Amino acid sequence: MIEFTLPSLGADMDEGTLLSWQVKPGDKVRRGQVVAVVDTSKAAVDVEIWHDGVVQELKVAPGEKVPVGTVLATLRETGESATATATPTPAPAVPIPKAGLAPRHPVSPLARKRAAELGVDPDTLRGSGAQGSVTLADIEAAALPKPDVAKSGAPAVSAASARQQEMRRAIAAAMSRSKREIPHYYLSETIPMATALNWLQRRNQDLPIAERILPAALLLKAVAVALQRTPQLNGYFRNNTFEPANSVHAGVAISLRGGGLVAPAIHAVETLTLTQVMAALGDLVKRARAGSLRSSEMSDPSITVTNLGEQGAQTVFGVIYPPQVALVGFGAITVRPWVEAGAVCAAPLLTASLAADHRVSDGHQGALFLIELRERLQEPQALAEAGSTPAAEQEKTP
Amino acid sequence: MKPDRSTLIQESIRLLQAIAPELDADMLSAERPLRQQLDLDSMDWLNFLVSLHQRFQVEIPESDYSQLRSLNNVADYLSARLA
Repeated sequence: MIEFTLPSLGADMDEGTLLSWQVKPGDKVRRGQVVAVVDTSKAAVDVEIWHDGVVQELKVAPGEKVPVGTVLATLRETGESATATATPTPAPAVPIPKAGLAPRHPVSPLARKRAAELGVDPDTLRGSGAQGSVTLADIEAAALPKPDVAKSGAPAVSAASARQQEMRRAIAAAMSRSKREIPHYYLSETIPMATALNWLQRRNQDLPIAERILPAALLLKAVAVALQRTPQLNGYFRNNTFEPANSVHAGVAISLRGGGLVAPAIHAVETLTLTQVMAALGDLVKRARAGSLRSSEMSDPSITVTNLGEQGAQTVFGVIYPPQVALVGFGAITVRPWVEAGAVCAAPLLTASLAADHRVSDGHQGALFLIELRERLQEPQALAEAGSTPAAEQEKTP
Repeated sequence: MKPDRSTLIQESIRLLQAIAPELDADMLSAERPLRQQLDLDSMDWLNFLVSLHQRFQVEIPESDYSQLRSLNNVADYLSARLA
């Protein structure tokens, strides 16, 4: 028998509320299948299962808040016979229609069901979840009798602001732990971007809009490829030991529109083509904002990349997200003075920064990484193609 | 038939609301740059342009991005190409 537990969904999440089951006892499940939706302080997360098997018993009911590690369900391996113990009456499975692109305020099926029970119209509520999604808590808050403001003299705290506070607390906990435990060191490097931007412009000019590549995708790919030289920056520090990651699972910092941020991972970025990185990035941003991330994306980023983008400031020095050991930051690409061949000229420049864990790496390695990053970005064509060649050959790519 | 200007503006707002659900149409200035008003990052902005393309079947080459800043710009651009 296999116990399926609530996975960790990042350093700032130690409990979650089960929103719904997407399977019922007797269902066959495949590794990687989404079996439940769990609400965290940041977003509703689709929780994937990591074994093939048959669902035996659901141990946690929708609406229950449980700590990470709690057994959510038991499975038997395919072929294993049902145990003699009577299977308790399963909770009625709520069918979960896969939501399409929700227009304004997405409402989860569970929240909708509860709303019907309480006589609340969910479509009239302003949701507090990611991208304005209406959460279970919003429904229940809306069903409460309205406090008499005139009498109490204090305005009611909205569900949205409660959600905001919860997210702030989660970020505060993770970032305080980072600054308490991780001896950060910081480096930065100015990267000339004319070659890369010209290459992107030429590449995009003949492509339909949906296939165009943003600089953000090229930067992510460059980080993944450059990290092949400095594995000390890519992995996890746990139990006083550094565990290098076997691949670059780049956590992408995505700010949520209501405030706060999430940093879910794009897996194995070094193996993806540039087009695949761009597609993965677009998909991830969309789902992060809509509040439909997957547990595997939340639990295992091996490094975080934060990109302030065109509207951002020039330089960012990040705070490492534990148990990771480094964070790469990109400021806005701006035209600034630059010296080339002994003369000052105007050039588009990018300030890349590295915050890294001094328990695992030293400034010298950090500097090697930033230099490698700079050099890779001067060869955008080779960078774009790097994913399709075996790792051994990537090293030889000029 | 060519949609009139107010339809173009309304449709653009509707498409923006898919990206920025908290958008308050009454507070939106038609003159000021949309990305600043709505705090849209490059991915949001690309998604908006993709949705404009899908809605109106207008090709928007990357070299035209700089012409599309405010709601008025968007309406002018679409108007000229839907003629």
